[in-house]
Amino acid sequence: MTTSFIQGVLTGSIQSSTSVLYAALGEVIVERAGVINLGVEGSMLMGAVSGFMVTQQSGSAGLGIIVAALVAGLFNLILAYLVVTRKANQLASGLALMFCGLGLSALIGKPYVGQMINGLDPLPVPVLSQIPFIGPVLFNYDFLIYMMVPLAVLVWWVLFKTRWGLSLRAVGEDPTVAFAAGLRPKLIQYQAIFIGGLFAGLGGAHLSLAYAQTWSEGMTSGRGFIAVALVIFASWNPLKAVGGALLFGGALAFQLQLQARGADISPFLLDMIPYLLTLGVLLFMRNRKNAMPEGLKAVFEGTS
Amino acid sequence: MISTATLAQAGKQQGAALLRFLAILILALLVFAIVLLVFGKNPIEAYVDIFTSTIGSSYGWSEVLVKVIPLVLCATAVLLPARIGLVNVGGEGQLYIGALVASWGALAVADVMPGFLGLPTIIILGFIGGGLWAAIPAVLRAMGWLNETISTLLLNYVAILLVDYFVFGPLRDPSSANFPQSEPFPDAFRLPFLGSTRIHFGLIIATVVIAALYFVLNRTRWGYEMRAIGGNPNASRRHGMPISRYIIIIMFIAGGLAGLAGMGETMAIQGRLRPGFSPDYGYVGFLISWLAMHDPIGVVLMSFLIAIIALGGDTLQITQSMPFSSVNVLMSIILFIVLAKFSFGDIFKFFKKKEEATS
Repeated sequence: MTTSFIQGVLTGSIQSSTSVLYAALGEVIVERAGVINLGVEGSMLMGAVSGFMVTQQSGSAGLGIIVAALVAGLFNLILAYLVVTRKANQLASGLALMFCGLGLSALIGKPYVGQMINGLDPLPVPVLSQIPFIGPVLFNYDFLIYMMVPLAVLVWWVLFKTRWGLSLRAVGEDPTVAFAAGLRPKLIQYQAIFIGGLFAGLGGAHLSLAYAQTWSEGMTSGRGFIAVALVIFASWNPLKAVGGALLFGGALAFQLQLQARGADISPFLLDMIPYLLTLGVLLFMRNRKNAMPEGLKAVFEGTS
Repeated sequence: MISTATLAQAGKQQGAALLRFLAILILALLVFAIVLLVFGKNPIEAYVDIFTSTIGSSYGWSEVLVKVIPLVLCATAVLLPARIGLVNVGGEGQLYIGALVASWGALAVADVMPGFLGLPTIIILGFIGGGLWAAIPAVLRAMGWLNETISTLLLNYVAILLVDYFVFGPLRDPSSANFPQSEPFPDAFRLPFLGSTRIHFGLIIATVVIAALYFVLNRTRWGYEMRAIGGNPNASRRHGMPISRYIIIIMFIAGGLAGLAGMGETMAIQGRLRPGFSPDYGYVGFLISWLAMHDPIGVVLMSFLIAIIALGGDTLQITQSMPFSSVNVLMSIILFIVLAKFSFGDIFKFFKKKEEATS
């Protein structure tokens, strides 16, 4: 194990975990409100394509990021209407949202396939980024990566330390009781799903503006689903989601680094690691089920 | 015994359901037409293209049937577990593993096994492959360890990667230079086609499956017990119903059906095992089952509709230079309308502004 290998794995895991973590943070908020969104993939794609288009047209990646978040947030309102207002099945609605995002983003983004942009560039932290090893591993990233941990802390603080967070979690446990306590469950769930979309949009924007710096149809390639798995893995805790996302990104980066060094292990077997790891962790810590918001249990049991 | 009165009642209900569905379809086509207009496409041309290329010719119809086969099988893989309250999102993975096991079997025994056993061999292997893959989440669920919704979803990715591994590794045809794929299957291990079309033996399998499901669900004790378990698992357990056994057997059969879909795609259509051969049949099957409210006959009708739309995507790609997946928008509009359970009564409700009392 050389230093450059370790450095490659570490920077790689941070870069490839960003989009997944943003989506997962959004999904934590949505699921804490008692709604599961299987359509994160679609919301991310809508964010990725709109962010790319705006950046390409305006030349401003910052504007692209804002638009990406808003578009994905608004897109998520379709889900909110279906599952909150119309009480539709959440799993089927989520998958329908995924297909909608897949198709709509392909349709919107067709003229932009293969176009070049001035994406989100790394902002090296002065002085600190010059430190050997630590500099490139910690202090040479783009804006969205720096915001990862602060935003995770913010989400944690909002969910667990504010009145709104308390209300949201109460709705996620039992909307009827929350209603009886004077809350407006439907409004809160709408807010949660919209904010979840904002985060998924940021994740998508990081993918198209920073990670790949290009747009291609279906470019999220399953990251939205990984985010859903990650939320369970992190037992609905935004801070644990950071660790989980790094683990996911780490497996991917490790695999890429091994391949780059010509290791004789099938990349496909290595690609399985994150999924098997999640299954293993879910099995190993199955008592964590207790952390699942009560309102979600009904969805998973098929009774809702 | 069912009286003629109830039969007439059922017929009337199905007629109403059909009418309602037609209304949904027209609404969805209108909404998608607006989407097309926004993107500067002519919706009338697009619809003419979609329908003439599919149901406008006998060739088009045959291609629709080819597409209906995997969709029906994948939808039944969702329908059956749904009857006992299980959510199988893993059809995609079960489809891949069914194809993998059938392919592996065909290539391994082709030299030693007499040809007439070829067809039963691949069918059984395809079924067992998908079934065992679904049995993993079923056992985890039956033990009360892990919810099947999550595990079936995660196992999809593992299954697709497993097929990649075999196609790029042990099963790779050495003579396939740039296209990773298995060696071609011997003729005896391929599903027979109907005449000169691409319609294959899977159509018979799918028809038998639907007939059998219809019979079992509506006319046997198993169907009754499944309904009881789906309705109230705790009460059923107290009445001594073997719920764990039901979970494992039902999921095994369901996975097997998805496996047959994968087997059909590789052993009939492709003729070799190729990576990533399924255009999300498993997920689309999930949605079809939901669209049909887990009814076997409804699944057949919805599969036809979705097959026409999906094939329309191929056509639009050529005639309107629209990306293939743009028809996903049309499909999702239909889903949204169905999931939202719109009815004509809603329009009156809207004007009356009747607010729901709870939450």
